[in-house]
Amino acid sequence: MIRPELKQPADLERFREEARAAERRYRARILVCMTGCRSLGAVELGKALRERVAAAGLGDEVSIVDVGCHGPCSLAPVVVIEPQDFLYGGVKPDDVDEIIELTLRQGRPVDRLCQQAGDKPVTTVGEASFYRSQQRQVLANCGRVDPTRIEDAVARDAYAAAAKALTTMDPEEVIAEVRGSGLRGRGGAGFPTGVKWDLCRKAPGDVKYLICNADEGDPGAFMDRALLEGVPHQVIEGMIIAAYAIGATHGFIYVRAEYPIAVEHVSTALAQARECGLLGENILGTGFSFDIELRMGAGAFVCGEESALIASLEGHRGMPRARPPFPVQKGYLGKPTTINNVETLANVPLILARGKDAYAVIGTKGSKGTKIFALAGKVQNTGLVEVPMGASLREVVFGIGGGVPDGGEFKAAQMGGPSGGCVPAQFLDLPIDYDSVKEIGAIMGSGGLIVMDDQTCMVDIARYFLEFAQNESCGKCVPCRVGTRHMLDILRRICRGKGEERDLELLQELAEEIKMGALCGLGQTAPNPVLTTIRYFREEYESHIREGYCPAHSCAGLFDYSILDDKCTGCGACRRGCPADAIVGERRKPQRVLPDKCVYCGNCIEVCPVSAVVKVRPAGGSDE
Amino acid sequence: MTAAEKTLPANLSPALRIVEGMQPITESSIIPLLQRLQDSYGYLPRDIVLEVCERTGLPASRVFGVATFYAQFHLAPRGRHVVRCCRGTACHVRGGHAIAQSVRRELGVEEGGTTEDLRFTFETVACLGTCFLAPVIMVDDDYYGNVRPAKIGGILAMYE
Repeated sequence: MIRPELKQPADLERFREEARAAERRYRARILVCMTGCRSLGAVELGKALRERVAAAGLGDEVSIVDVGCHGPCSLAPVVVIEPQDFLYGGVKPDDVDEIIELTLRQGRPVDRLCQQAGDKPVTTVGEASFYRSQQRQVLANCGRVDPTRIEDAVARDAYAAAAKALTTMDPEEVIAEVRGSGLRGRGGAGFPTGVKWDLCRKAPGDVKYLICNADEGDPGAFMDRALLEGVPHQVIEGMIIAAYAIGATHGFIYVRAEYPIAVEHVSTALAQARECGLLGENILGTGFSFDIELRMGAGAFVCGEESALIASLEGHRGMPRARPPFPVQKGYLGKPTTINNVETLANVPLILARGKDAYAVIGTKGSKGTKIFALAGKVQNTGLVEVPMGASLREVVFGIGGGVPDGGEFKAAQMGGPSGGCVPAQFLDLPIDYDSVKEIGAIMGSGGLIVMDDQTCMVDIARYFLEFAQNESCGKCVPCRVGTRHMLDILRRICRGKGEERDLELLQELAEEIKMGALCGLGQTAPNPVLTTIRYFREEYESHIREGYCPAHSCAGLFDYSILDDKCTGCGACRRGCPADAIVGERRKPQRVLPDKCVYCGNCIEVCPVSAVVKVRPAGGSDE
Repeated sequence: MTAAEKTLPANLSPALRIVEGMQPITESSIIPLLQRLQDSYGYLPRDIVLEVCERTGLPASRVFGVATFYAQFHLAPRGRHVVRCCRGTACHVRGGHAIAQSVRRELGVEEGGTTEDLRFTFETVACLGTCFLAPVIMVDDDYYGNVRPAKIGGILAMYE
């Protein structure tokens, strides 16, 4: 396909009209998530849809579009059908004929593919509880456009905001607009974006760089992946505006190599933007030149930290350095450099398109706009959600997320990944914004939100995050390298039931030293998960230490498996499935677990057909 | 012809093509250069890297410093298939540990290890970013979501 070279803003408008006209030729669009849903069979589904819709003779009236994430990932593969906006989940190639007959020919929903509320099907996106309290602003086009076709993006106004900025505003005005919008960095720390741009613009020097930080390494965070996969042109447009504002002609997108689909879609989008003259020399005839280079990370979490990321781009080991000077003063190759997160940049076109005041209507006093959360863990509807700043955790976890599945009880939400903390149930109604979350010991972070229930051990979670931080510590500064190691040793000991009374005090002391002494954000925030769990779940630590008992039945050795005699049918499934020969018993008689041999793999619970295997307080392990 | 040239591995040509295609090579190119070398050879053979350093003027100490820092680079041959177990938070709270244990048992190698027949390399990764599928494993470029320990054997059997 040959794309036009856009030499002036009017060319972009014409391109947009053509793209819209091309789309209007179809009476219906089937939007198949071809990103996250690929892992559950979206590719086969897309193929079946194309073949059979064509065979049904509807190829000219119905278009099948491969799109980015729709949001409710637990329904994967997810399909949305326009114009009615029917929302189907768990769609298989076998369902295609029914979709063609009912939906495409008769305009009716296929009820069994819809979510159910009581005995009634919830047929459309607008009705689904998952979407009801969301405000999908940044994600508005995610799931609606084919990310591998610039026409789709342009039809929905992509690059209009950049054209407006480049042709009608000077860089200072762009900065003032973003500053006035109150946009804060979505990567974690929440630094005001406009202020950062201003500092970089004013820093002396002719050569400046812009970096899009897409090294999304926080376990549990996937909003940057979804944005790059689903709306790459929105991020590129944000970068064009940012580059114009700070005076950069060269930019980088530094993306994790573990995101193959994101890498693919961004490469395609960059090539198409270049082809259309939206990147390169003299963009839209404005005299402004800017291009973007895609760089893949090489597997180091610390490279999400800005000075380590710059070191990595320069071809060094990804180690942070002391600041000041800050990257806006001395960054890539010693030149002033602005580093913005993917989601931050994806917000920028919205601000320019609507104006700062309209943007700032949403949000709280200190945190404007929306925030995308990656909702996962022990929650019914996992996926990608976008809510206004100031929404409560209850709204996100229960309203949108549908609460904890399998009758579990909400215990905490982990926010901010390894740098964040666990927020307990008592703060469910707290309006979430940068400042409120910080006050209770967590951080907004990049937006990972993992729900934990009564089967999640908070000591184990603290150990888990410390292990992560310790693994990913680059080793440059002592507080992080050695300090996290010591904390981890103590936590491992507690999880094995070998903790001592003074351990909690020691952990807190070490935590304070590391926070104060570490060189970069990784080390400075590594103790947060430990501190918040001690603060809100102290009794769980004490149970491990004093009673050798893990109340969540999660830490190996600190609980036992037991088989209920009155339920066990003696089928022997658990005995045969046990990898450690820790289950004994005769056929058709109750089986028995030998705690000394048990390796705590949990297979017996998994395979028991009558739920006769339970977890209990270890015999003799308590003074009860 | 010197002794060093005689012992050069026969398959140097892909490396030379990569170097040729990346000119001019500066220190900033070290990571992309190593990424391409590894894509081509499956790992970073020591002799090849040394030869590339020789021809590009990049200090070998710098290049190996980088190669040993990042988790993605491997200095030893790898299995035909890579099994990646996610150890992200969502996977962790949904039983990811038992999945990793099951892979370990099936393959008989520890994390980071390669089976003797070079069929599988077993790795864990911080997060695959597909938390809604937790627990997740990835074999080569294929994702497997909502896996149970008992399913691991069947999944691995599909990869020869």
